[in-house]
Amino acid sequence: MLSKRIIPCLDIKEGRVVKGVKFLGLRDAGDPVEVAKVYDQQGADELVFLDITASFEKRKTLVELVEKIAANIFMPFTVGGGIGEISDIRNLLNAGAEKVSVNTQAVKFPELISSAAKRFGNQCIVVAIDAKKQLDHWEVFINGGRTPTGIDALVWAEKVARLGAGEILLTSMDCDGTKNGYDLELTRAITQKVNIPVIASGGAGVLEDFYNVFVKAGADAALAASLFHYQELNVQQVKKYLKEKGIAVRLS
Amino acid sequence: MKIAIIDYGMGNIHSVAKAIQVCGVEPVITNNKDQISKADKLILPGVGAFDDAMLELKKLDLVSVIQEQVKCKKPFLGICLGMQLLLESSQEAKVSKGLGILGGQVVKFSSTGGIKIPHMGWNDCKVVDKKCLLLSGINDNDQVYFCHSYYPEPSDKTVIAATCDYGVEFSCVICKDNVYGVQFHPEKSQTVGLKIIKNFIGLC
Repeated sequence: MLSKRIIPCLDIKEGRVVKGVKFLGLRDAGDPVEVAKVYDQQGADELVFLDITASFEKRKTLVELVEKIAANIFMPFTVGGGIGEISDIRNLLNAGAEKVSVNTQAVKFPELISSAAKRFGNQCIVVAIDAKKQLDHWEVFINGGRTPTGIDALVWAEKVARLGAGEILLTSMDCDGTKNGYDLELTRAITQKVNIPVIASGGAGVLEDFYNVFVKAGADAALAASLFHYQELNVQQVKKYLKEKGIAVRLS
Repeated sequence: MKIAIIDYGMGNIHSVAKAIQVCGVEPVITNNKDQISKADKLILPGVGAFDDAMLELKKLDLVSVIQEQVKCKKPFLGICLGMQLLLESSQEAKVSKGLGILGGQVVKFSSTGGIKIPHMGWNDCKVVDKKCLLLSGINDNDQVYFCHSYYPEPSDKTVIAATCDYGVEFSCVICKDNVYGVQFHPEKSQTVGLKIIKNFIGLC
């Protein structure tokens, strides 16, 4: 049976992990490779690396970083952040990323999704959607959540699936950072709308939150960042809990 | 031992090469016919579309060399799209035929079964051919990483070495004499995946 996935997310700036990962015994908690190895040992199913480097020039280090990660961990990982060109996608995939995630540039140029999917296959194109609740719908935001687009998240989700996205990484801006649980309403609305896998992101705080997003909202994967980085929960613990509750997870 | 990874511009070469290195062998990444012929074992990786992949292989004039090398019993491993290319044809392809090394075609998952497409994530690999050397030491509850929308349907069912259940029970490992194919990504399947790669290097 296909397992539900647990995915830690690392923010990367100029090749280093930011938002301080607090693991004991790491030689260098800012080294993405070291941190990735820890999550590998904890049994994470995938990793997401989100590059938040502001300067374009320094972005080039990302490809080198991806090569280093791929040389050290043998699990799938997705790389996102500021990707706008087919050549960026090709370089990252060739360097060893399993999937590449696009967000702002996909909203601005939706044909990026279709041409990338045609070229590299749907399965490696993830579209990240940052959504925020408005009066009667959820609105898509871009530029790291700073810019509203006027686009309805449900309409956008359906469109990206049609254009060839292989997966949606859905972040609830309302729940992100609250630790009050994933946005079940938003996640359910999206998973009912599209027939591609959906990774839920934003709001995980306790074990039950993972159970709820899988069972009540139909998510295929659940992503968390600080919760894992600060070791409030570890991946293994979340998966053991889910297994006890009857959810299909991979326990190695 | 010389292992050649056939490089035809269809992604994920780097990860496959690293996985082989970790298993103790330095692979050659090449699209040179001579190097391919001289290698002891061949790996055909691949991510992307069936048509594009066949067009690239033709452009590099690699189709016949691959077919010849397989015929002379050189151990050959196709990964993901590289496995699908071994068959005669694919529902995904508009213009190209496959390498035709194995009979059968590549078909698309049907969404009518309530499944999501692509099939993405970790799923069980159920071993049906216990004698397949590639799967030595792999158990039924071992999970491997899948990321695909199409799967192979070989006409000769005896080549099926392992299956996976995703709405339909499809062949996820094929094994016929010196020819091996895996639909999942061993290079991304942690310990289980590395074990399969080690088996290919050491046993096959």
